[in-house]
Amino acid sequence: MIVEGLAVVIPGDDVDTDVMYPGAYLNIEDPAEMKEHLFDGYDPSLRDLLGPEAIVVTGRNFGLGSSREHVVQALKAWEVQALVGESYARIFRRNCVNLGLPVFEAPDAARAARAGSRIRIDTDAGEIDVDSRTFPAPAVPAIVAEVRAAGGLIPWTKERAR
Amino acid sequence: MVRCDLVFANDVSGPLAFRAMERMEVESVFDPSKVVMVADHFTPAKDAKSAELQRRMKEWSEAQGVTFYDQGRGGIEHTLLCEEGWIVPGLVVAGGDSHTCTLGALGAFATGLGSTDIGACLALGEFWQPVPGTIKVDFTGEKRPFVTGKDLILAVIGEIGVGGATNCVLEFGGAGATALSIDERLAVSNMAVEAGAETGLFPADETTAAYLDGRVEPGWAPERSDEDAVFAQTVEIDLSALEPLIALPHLPGNVVPIAEAIGTKIEQVYVGNCSNGTMTDLRQTAEILRGRSVNDRCRMIVVPATQSIYRQALAEGLLDVFVEAGAMVSTPTCGACFGGHMGVLAAGERAVSTTNRNFKGRMGSPEAEVHLANAYVAAAAAVAGEIVHPGEVGA
Repeated sequence: MIVEGLAVVIPGDDVDTDVMYPGAYLNIEDPAEMKEHLFDGYDPSLRDLLGPEAIVVTGRNFGLGSSREHVVQALKAWEVQALVGESYARIFRRNCVNLGLPVFEAPDAARAARAGSRIRIDTDAGEIDVDSRTFPAPAVPAIVAEVRAAGGLIPWTKERAR
Repeated sequence: MVRCDLVFANDVSGPLAFRAMERMEVESVFDPSKVVMVADHFTPAKDAKSAELQRRMKEWSEAQGVTFYDQGRGGIEHTLLCEEGWIVPGLVVAGGDSHTCTLGALGAFATGLGSTDIGACLALGEFWQPVPGTIKVDFTGEKRPFVTGKDLILAVIGEIGVGGATNCVLEFGGAGATALSIDERLAVSNMAVEAGAETGLFPADETTAAYLDGRVEPGWAPERSDEDAVFAQTVEIDLSALEPLIALPHLPGNVVPIAEAIGTKIEQVYVGNCSNGTMTDLRQTAEILRGRSVNDRCRMIVVPATQSIYRQALAEGLLDVFVEAGAMVSTPTCGACFGGHMGVLAAGERAVSTTNRNFKGRMGSPEAEVHLANAYVAAAAAVAGEIVHPGEVGA
């Protein structure tokens, strides 16, 4: 899989899912509505940077806290290509994998990226290019690679349930 | 893939999981006897949209033939599932809520998952799960007065940090762990996720057996790490040196001894939620509040975690103590803990809360500040209108 885009940097470490999607909006079910609340408690202006070109770059332990899938649904509704970060909280990372949003724990690549950096991820080669510097994309467990290749847990489970 | 012995979700995660299951083109759950739905987040419904989620959950549960705990008949999912005998040691439990780790208090591998994961669990009864490492937490020594399970887990999070247990489970042991009641173990396991852990396990012992007696069918077997198990890390907490702790805004890992927070003025005190809304917490709260009043500068909300705790507190006269002191008593709900409704904070307000998260905006305005603490500390803050050592107010 090849993913290409421009870096949108979310500053800081330990950015929790509450600031990314406040609890008061958890009764929303339509991703088109969810996207209007993404980053509401952190910096709503970050929304202006998102779009089909965006690769979201994050710090350490991104997405800690609640299991709310609304955050990932909203990122997908903004058509974000992928996430590259220093590290991710477990449930958040699972939600990305399950919803077919490629997520890469690649600390060196994440630290090298600046706002607007050109990023190219080659999962077969296990490499992430950031402004033409090449960094390793750490290997993922086989099941994660499988779910990712299927496009997420919904198509994967659909196939398995047959 | 890991098989689930039990799958549950709530009025927020459930309806999204039902939709995921539909998109997986699976019509019926893998085993209706292993699925439970609990309405607890926006209950009683805060608006028509929330009511719609709850209605759909009820209808779906009826159609699928699974157990559904409706409002007024259940309470906060994690406390409720223990109480109702759904959890035994050694079970694998998938819950559509990050605080599913609470159930590790009874020795179950219980872990929080997102709605698509839960959709797959409902459909096929399994989830993907790399083998986690184990961090051994040894509680040594004896607790001092006004120190509770809440302080034990805050001490752990303060020590290893909010990402310190990522890809790991916490396993609690030592004489200090054995001495804890189930209510206090629930408080400890509940916040394992605040250190990034997949669950927080108390190997089952005599206290567990006594709690389960009469609640579940006999025949369960305790699970614990092998004698020669290799741990990713070992953490030791000496309880004899532990004072009540406070997690300062805006991270559960910002933990300081209460002495460093004394004098902070408080506008709201909240006692409740899946970590500290048990009978033990309500009794501690009443010990402090009995014969005293909530300070004029402050308001207080008490939320028993389940309907049966509510009734027990009523029978013991605790609710009367709270109301007489000028506190509000709410029906069981996740309510303001996650900023949903029933007591959210205004900009500039500061709270002491027995809940588990104090992220920016967690309980309302992003300009509000939440301090996490045990029920004694919370009740004492309500009386004083500021953070004080509960020993100053007296019990």
